[in-house]
Amino acid sequence: MAESAALYLRLVRAQIRAQWQYRASFVLQLFGAFALTFVDFLSVLVIFSHLPYLAGWSLGEVAFLYGTSYIAFQFADLTVGQLDGLGDKVQRGDFDLVLIRPRGTLFQLLASDIALRRLGAMAQAGVVLGFAFSLVNVHWTLGRVLVLLTMPITGFLVFAGVWIIGATTTFWTTRSMELVNSVTYGGQFLTSYPMNVYGAWLRRIFIFAVPLAFVNYFPALYVLDKRDPLGAPDFVRFLAPAVAVALLVVASRIWRFGVRHYRSTGS
Amino acid sequence: MAIVEVEDLRKTFSVTRPRTGARGPLALLLRERREVRAVDGVSFRIEPGEMVGYIGPNGAGKSTTIKMLTGILVPSGGLVRVAGLEPSRRRVELARRIGIVFGQRTQLWWDLPLCDSFDLLRYIYKVPAERFRANLAAYVELLELGPLLDTPVRQLSLGQRMRGDLTAALLHDPEVLYLDEPTIGLDVVVKERIRSFLAQLNRERGVTVLLTTHDMDDIERLCSRMIVIDHGRLIYDGSLEAMKDRFGGERVLVIDLEEAAPPVEVPGTRVVKVDGPRQWLRFRRADTTAAEVVAAVAARARLRDLTIEEPEIEDIVRRIYSGAAAPIDTH
Repeated sequence: MAESAALYLRLVRAQIRAQWQYRASFVLQLFGAFALTFVDFLSVLVIFSHLPYLAGWSLGEVAFLYGTSYIAFQFADLTVGQLDGLGDKVQRGDFDLVLIRPRGTLFQLLASDIALRRLGAMAQAGVVLGFAFSLVNVHWTLGRVLVLLTMPITGFLVFAGVWIIGATTTFWTTRSMELVNSVTYGGQFLTSYPMNVYGAWLRRIFIFAVPLAFVNYFPALYVLDKRDPLGAPDFVRFLAPAVAVALLVVASRIWRFGVRHYRSTGS
Repeated sequence: MAIVEVEDLRKTFSVTRPRTGARGPLALLLRERREVRAVDGVSFRIEPGEMVGYIGPNGAGKSTTIKMLTGILVPSGGLVRVAGLEPSRRRVELARRIGIVFGQRTQLWWDLPLCDSFDLLRYIYKVPAERFRANLAAYVELLELGPLLDTPVRQLSLGQRMRGDLTAALLHDPEVLYLDEPTIGLDVVVKERIRSFLAQLNRERGVTVLLTTHDMDDIERLCSRMIVIDHGRLIYDGSLEAMKDRFGGERVLVIDLEEAAPPVEVPGTRVVKVDGPRQWLRFRRADTTAAEVVAAVAARARLRDLTIEEPEIEDIVRRIYSGAAAPIDTH
């Protein structure tokens, strides 16, 4: 485990060295990602220039959702987003190169092709989160601090799990990543807003099927001390870590199933 | 004990394609499933230290076999054992004991200096530091990679990159080395350098080598044994010499006479061309020997000079592929 972590860091450092060779374009991409995501946040500001509350949520509270969603998502995009290229790897036969090395397949893919420019988007999310805290008045307790600290991690794990499951489908249909992206990238957009703005069926999907409501919505209810407009019982607010772990277990099973399919069909 | 054992190995793919006759949008809906037997009951054994050429036309099932030998693909039937392990079940364990070089694909890190790739592989394969240093030094010297170690891989020529890939595949001391078209696209000088390196590797380190190639010079220069497959079936397994004997077909005796003469008549031969005093006599190995033909010619005409043209190995292989030569039973 420790040896794998050390190897992971070694491989990531190698990619930083590689990307640093194209310094100018790297720096530009970093700033590009930073600036582009700000435009995203403008849409939140536009909504609140017309309304004082969105479905019972203030600007500061939505900014909190936005910031926590973004940090979790960008962290996932940074570390597992390269799975978007799996379809191409499968099609070109490059996935074979992963299978001939004495390491786990998912480990090798996650340790390669890291898009460090995502760090730019994460920096932006931090700025938005700071803005959120300047507007909302949180009554800090030990519990709230703990939940706040776990949010980026559990949110990241939920996104990562969804991403891995989605990418696995490319073992069957190499071109399904567009559809998967509508769930991952789309999920990032949808979790930037409170769940209760959506229709009942969409909410159910995000709670039971693709559990993105646990990325930030339920934990945020606790941190911001809000009553759930949907009437979910209070313990659901603390379920995020359990949901994240369960999802990852499912994801790794599905991944193994996908690799087994690849190894029996070869494409 | 054999280091590579393959017995009645099979791989069947099921492919879907438009039903015959269906056109346009209908073709998307009306599809039929078809079984393709990529490898259809292949058996062979390779002893440690052998260097074997694995050849066949495109689509014969060569890569599918290699993929089952490396654990990339799971066989549909039959048995595979490499270094005593079943590849599809012990993929990770086996990966540490085999090396693979794809002529058309690199395993090196494109944007990093060559030495960085070697260093990363050292950790991926958990090569002990001492061994790594010794192996790296040895291969860098043999393949003359010293001046290239700090060059990013993307700036290397194809030949330089191939030398880098060979080193990368050997740093962990594999017992078996698979080479898939290792000389493809390389110029004659580089080809020769790689061949002599492989010969030396096999001789001095006893590495077992299985090589797929379309370049018959690779086989002639390196492999004492070749396995030929086509349509997923084994059609020849044996030495190059024996193959020439069996499938070699016709040889040609070229004679230069003192002066122009009518075609020389020798039993078992046929004059296929006459050009002034030079004549070409074709004969089959099975019918007569070169010595007999030469003696017969000398008895009938005054010889100045002669040469014997052996069939090109490419021609023999082409004949085998095209079905001109009868497949042999190897069991």
